[in-house]
Amino acid sequence: MKARLSISLRLPAASVVLLLAAGCSIQPWVKPYERERLADPIMSMSNDPLSDKHSVHVREVREGARGATGVQGGGCGCN
Amino acid sequence: MAATDALPSRLRRLAAAVRRALAELVASCARRHGGAQGSSAAKVFGVVGGLLAGSGAGGVELPEDRADAMYHRWDGGGLTAQGPALLVRKSIAEKVSLAATYYVDMLSNASIDVVTTASPYKETRSEYGLVADYVYRNSHIIVAGSSSSEPDYEARAVNLDVAQEVFGGMTTVNLGFSSGSDDVGKKNSPEFSETARHWRYRIGLAQILTPRWLANLNFEAVSDDGFLGSPYRTALVFGASVPERVPSTRSSRAVKLSILGEVVRDNVAYADYRYFWDNWGIGAHTFGAGYRRYFGEKLLADAYLRYYLQDAALFYSDNAQTETAYVSRNRQLSTFSSISAGARISYRAATLPGGYPLLVNGAYEFVSYSFDDFTDVRTGSLYSYNAHVLQLVLTTKF
Repeated sequence: MKARLSISLRLPAASVVLLLAAGCSIQPWVKPYERERLADPIMSMSNDPLSDKHSVHVREVREGARGATGVQGGGCGCN
Repeated sequence: MAATDALPSRLRRLAAAVRRALAELVASCARRHGGAQGSSAAKVFGVVGGLLAGSGAGGVELPEDRADAMYHRWDGGGLTAQGPALLVRKSIAEKVSLAATYYVDMLSNASIDVVTTASPYKETRSEYGLVADYVYRNSHIIVAGSSSSEPDYEARAVNLDVAQEVFGGMTTVNLGFSSGSDDVGKKNSPEFSETARHWRYRIGLAQILTPRWLANLNFEAVSDDGFLGSPYRTALVFGASVPERVPSTRSSRAVKLSILGEVVRDNVAYADYRYFWDNWGIGAHTFGAGYRRYFGEKLLADAYLRYYLQDAALFYSDNAQTETAYVSRNRQLSTFSSISAGARISYRAATLPGGYPLLVNGAYEFVSYSFDDFTDVRTGSLYSYNAHVLQLVLTTKF
């Protein structure tokens, strides 16, 4: 009984170890010297800050949905 | 009884086994990532499974020093909102960058709400903002404050955002918080004075997928408390106009996934999707997709489509046929959809004296709104309208 219990404890422990070991083995696969293209303006997720501010504002005052736009500094409750 | 005694004992053994396994893993990670210097980091690796595997060598850079001047315009549904906006950003001692913004909305309002219940009016909203960015190694901290003022509405907000680069600079984790406080007034009714508070909590993940593909995942929760309606808006109950009655609290969630990649050299495609839900019963989907490419070395052109649709709030009614505690005919809370088509051009126009570049950014968007349960009381048919959105920005960086 004790041996069976011990086995049943080892299985989840081994699973945790395998899971974490798999995570530990993941290395950053895009090296800094491979990121040159990502710095180009064409790869930007956002536009200039004033344009983004305006776009978010005109939508938030007309739509029921709001938030998660990725544009920082929301919170103006103006109507 | 025996079974209940055995359970804590079993849990203790399981915990001990997991602890031993973690200790072995930490030691393994420490060896893998380099001796004494990596040992403290290795503890973190062990806990989160190595996903946060060390930091990039370069660290986070402060935003560029810049000055922007924008003219913006919204024209649609009887309302015109236009004005200038300014931004100036300057870094100090290579650790802190300060920015100041000024944004003006000059409204000329003859929207359907106004012409069917009141008289057209004009007013101006001005907003001032201050932003301070601080970077330290792989962390970027942003503190911001803003103040918005219009004749019957004052709004103040503070924001704190922290971005941390992890996983060799391939992943950026963002955490943010905003708190806002509004004073709501009513024209020609000095006795009317209400307040509203707003809180926003956001978390985001920016991930480099490949040397040419990026993805962002953002989540934001927003809570409001106070006067959340309009002192001017009316609802229809049995065909009679009554002041709208809106709950004094609201809580919403939104999650957005964005992906962007260079499909061909100098040609980028991107797409995003956002799902929104709140405790007023509104659910909304937003789909976006676009394409961007260079024409020569100076001109970057962008074209995009956006589709938005939402369900109505539980207490929204075009013309209520029962008496309820809350009722609103605010079409922002109705069932509607909108489709947008837009284009943006960024042009490196000239080099100013002193060698500063002058960038010209122009954007135009056409939006079409269709309401499923908001009747135009002037015609008796469902309401719809088109709008034109314009942005013209001049930028220099120094």
